[in-house]
Amino acid sequence: MDELKDIEFLPDDFEFVHNQDIMKDEVMPDIPFWLDVWRRFKKNKGAVIGAVVIIFIIIMAIFMPMLSSYKFDAINSSEANMIPGTLHWFGTDNFGRDLWVRTWTGTRVSLIVAFAAIAIDVVVGVTYGMISGYFGGMVDQVMQRIQEILNSIPTLVVLTLLMTVLEASLTTIIFALMFTEWIGMSRITRAQVLQIKEEEFVLASRTLGASSFFIIFKEILPNIYSQLIVMSMMSIPNAIFYEAYLSFVGLGLTVPNASLGVLINDGFTYFLSYPHMVAIPVIVLGALMLSFNLFGDGLRDALDPTMKEM
Amino acid sequence: MNKGMMKYIGKRLAISAATLFVIILVLFLMLKLMPGTPFNDEKLTEAQLAVLMAKYGLDKPVMVQFWNYLRNMLTGDFGVSYVINKNMNISQLVGSAMGISFRLGVMATILGTVIGILLGIIAALNKNTWIDSLSTIISVIGVSIPSFVFALLLVYLLGAKWRLFPTQYSSSKPFVSSIIPIIALSMSVIANVARFTRTEMISVLGSDYMILAKAKGLDQRTLIFKHALRNSLIPVITILGPIMVNIMTGTMVVEKICGIPGLGKLLISSIQQNDYNVTLACSFLYAVMYIIIVLVIDVLYGIIDPRIRLGKGD
Amino acid sequence: MAEREKILEIKDLRISFKTTNGTVNAIRGVNLELHKGETIAIVGESGSGKSVTTKAVMGIMASNATIDSGEINYVWYDEDTGERNERDLTKMSESEMGKIIRGRKIAMVFQDPMTSLNPTMTIGKQIMEPMIYHYGKTKDEAYAKSLELLELVGITNAKDRMNNYPHQLSGGMRQRVVIAIALSCDPYVLICDEPTTALDVTIQAKILELIKDIQSKKDLSVIYITHDLGVVAKVADFVNVMYAGKIVERGTIEEVFYDPRHPYTWGLLSAMPDLSTNDPELYTIPGAPPNLAYEIKGDAFAPRNQFALNIDKRIDPPLFPVPGSDTHLCASWLMHEKAPHVDMPESLQRRIANMKKEAGIE
Repeated sequence: MDELKDIEFLPDDFEFVHNQDIMKDEVMPDIPFWLDVWRRFKKNKGAVIGAVVIIFIIIMAIFMPMLSSYKFDAINSSEANMIPGTLHWFGTDNFGRDLWVRTWTGTRVSLIVAFAAIAIDVVVGVTYGMISGYFGGMVDQVMQRIQEILNSIPTLVVLTLLMTVLEASLTTIIFALMFTEWIGMSRITRAQVLQIKEEEFVLASRTLGASSFFIIFKEILPNIYSQLIVMSMMSIPNAIFYEAYLSFVGLGLTVPNASLGVLINDGFTYFLSYPHMVAIPVIVLGALMLSFNLFGDGLRDALDPTMKEM
Repeated sequence: MNKGMMKYIGKRLAISAATLFVIILVLFLMLKLMPGTPFNDEKLTEAQLAVLMAKYGLDKPVMVQFWNYLRNMLTGDFGVSYVINKNMNISQLVGSAMGISFRLGVMATILGTVIGILLGIIAALNKNTWIDSLSTIISVIGVSIPSFVFALLLVYLLGAKWRLFPTQYSSSKPFVSSIIPIIALSMSVIANVARFTRTEMISVLGSDYMILAKAKGLDQRTLIFKHALRNSLIPVITILGPIMVNIMTGTMVVEKICGIPGLGKLLISSIQQNDYNVTLACSFLYAVMYIIIVLVIDVLYGIIDPRIRLGKGD
Repeated sequence: MAEREKILEIKDLRISFKTTNGTVNAIRGVNLELHKGETIAIVGESGSGKSVTTKAVMGIMASNATIDSGEINYVWYDEDTGERNERDLTKMSESEMGKIIRGRKIAMVFQDPMTSLNPTMTIGKQIMEPMIYHYGKTKDEAYAKSLELLELVGITNAKDRMNNYPHQLSGGMRQRVVIAIALSCDPYVLICDEPTTALDVTIQAKILELIKDIQSKKDLSVIYITHDLGVVAKVADFVNVMYAGKIVERGTIEEVFYDPRHPYTWGLLSAMPDLSTNDPELYTIPGAPPNLAYEIKGDAFAPRNQFALNIDKRIDPPLFPVPGSDTHLCASWLMHEKAPHVDMPESLQRRIANMKKEAGIE
């Protein structure tokens, strides 16, 4: 035992340790949930960049149209088709409308459409999922089949048919877009309802005659809100895209109104002579969609690290 | 094929049939709600109109009309166009357009899938290196930016600026003039497939059977080509459905940008020129293609899936 | 015991993992010996490093693992010339490991037969593959040998099974196939990583019996990794008890089971399910294993040891030889001559007495 030769033993070395606190388990320090989420989110560079870009674009969309001396639909034929310069930062279109103001007004409209549509999606989806999951049985069967059928019709066709019938306006577009993303939300909700319905406290309250609908509602929201937030963030780029798609095929808003879709459609007409007319709204649209995707990805990983794909 | 499988396919078929029925019902209702007759052409004489009305049974009760409409749609008789191509049978109009769109979509899917798989495998094998990061960036951009943005960019750069390819489709040079739209459409496919293949490949490489294969003493190449590749590529079938949908949406806009006389362009022209019959026929065809694609992929994967699922042991 | 020939020797092996939460020192100086034809078992809780140790022998560690120091010396005789070779496996290149060692010299049976076979390859192909790869056998030769192997591992209808996919076989069958694959290149050492944990109790005994049977037929040396002392008692000649990346006690089956010296071994033995003793007070190990991401000062077991000495907090104990044996070692300061005398818990004493009685020793 050579090792022992180098050891200097202390006098009390071979006495038992007293007051040995054996049951002491290592416990992770208690961090508030949101702080933890924020820490994980910060580590994701793409998501942070996405968030910054989104905030920047939202601020621009809110304030730029107010601060400019031009109006988004003011025609000035003497200044038509100008390329970006000091007078008109993004140039003008072929009616001499200022594209700086039109771009930010259009962004604002597209964002309003997207946020409103997704907000309604959440409400519709959660309600549908709640009802389907809560009542179960026949109701659930029928509602699930309806949902499956709706899900089997391409969004594109739903939007095209709806907008062929409806007069294009901000409200009708929001209404049409509502049909695009709610199914995912309702699925999450239903799954959660089915799970919670089986839990003991719900069964107990039921046997006591209490209405468990309210209890379930109160129990479910905390369980699904993070999933809903992530899903909403991932759905917003889709809504923005579909708005642009509708304008581009002639079913959405039209000039002199402004939305990213209108601007792209309008700019496309003069695309080869004045590429900036289409390039600017396309860049804003691309930046928004990319940023929301990055942000949504980061948010998902931050809220629930177990959901992370490898 | 076992009983569960048959049941699954049966259920999928039933849902598809129901969907088709619902779509036709909606189209029929829309047709009924539209003002005037489907043949509101002032040049038609009373007699011609009566013939048309009789041919489409519009003088019969609504239930009979719907039954006829259902039969017509399912047999490919979509009525006539009255604006885009006066009184031409829509099935003729749509036939050639669909061929072009279909060819474009298939080529973009194949190109995108091949490149995407390569990119995904390279990324997985070089996990956490700059190659992986680069491929992730390409994937994120490809997934989040719609194909018409790429189409505009390519038309401007490759077409107008450098004059490498024609900016517009021409039927005399169908291949060269399709290159830009095919590349534009394949971007989202590349991105989705690459992302998915990478994830699958990484999970396969870390699986128990890969460790066992490594413990057999096989070299890296044999491990990847004989063991990993097959297992990571089979699940890629599942995302072909969403990818086809992406491509279908993409063709609509890309066809307009590149002037391709496909189904998408026809749909857009019909919308812009208020040619309802054509709009409804195009929407119907889009829906049918979508339903068929999703059905085929679901059933295909359903057949392959049990083996994978059991193999993974969960 | 007749002349024992050392075939594998691990000396002071240290392995660490780079993780996002810092470096984890999973193996902290492991010493191990395997002699020809013998069976050793490595016993410990999950996370104690038993699997990592054997994966290091095979050279199939995760990519974030590094061998910081130590040797893994492996001895073999050339098949043609009979020349003696001794190599340190930690110094061998990846391709050398593949060509010379993995599969051919050392083979491995994994824990979960449900996931350790390639789901899209037939059983036959998976057994034939290493023979064709390593020895350049023709398909027919490989096929014939595969049939033999399948019969050896007790699979009936071997011919039909060759064309089956893994999901068509039960768990026990699959583990037999995994064993057949391991045997396909006639290895000298077989590492069995929890080979029966994932199986039904009724199948467990059969698989253990099979491995034992094959071992004697093929003169194999076997390393068992397990947390199940019942398995150890059935199959092993020597036991190594592992805790927090170190061997804390080593000896023959009799020594470790009937005369355990380390308080951790006491806990393990007491925790063994046992029908014959009906003891009201059970000696258990409190607490949880240490987090190896932090540096450990002194004896890693000290915080859970009710017999901990002051020196445990300062200095990690070396392996002390247990007086009166040249095979029994124990890493505890209680073994030091100056240490107070501690008897094993009474409940365990009764239990061991019972075991001895059953074994017909006293």
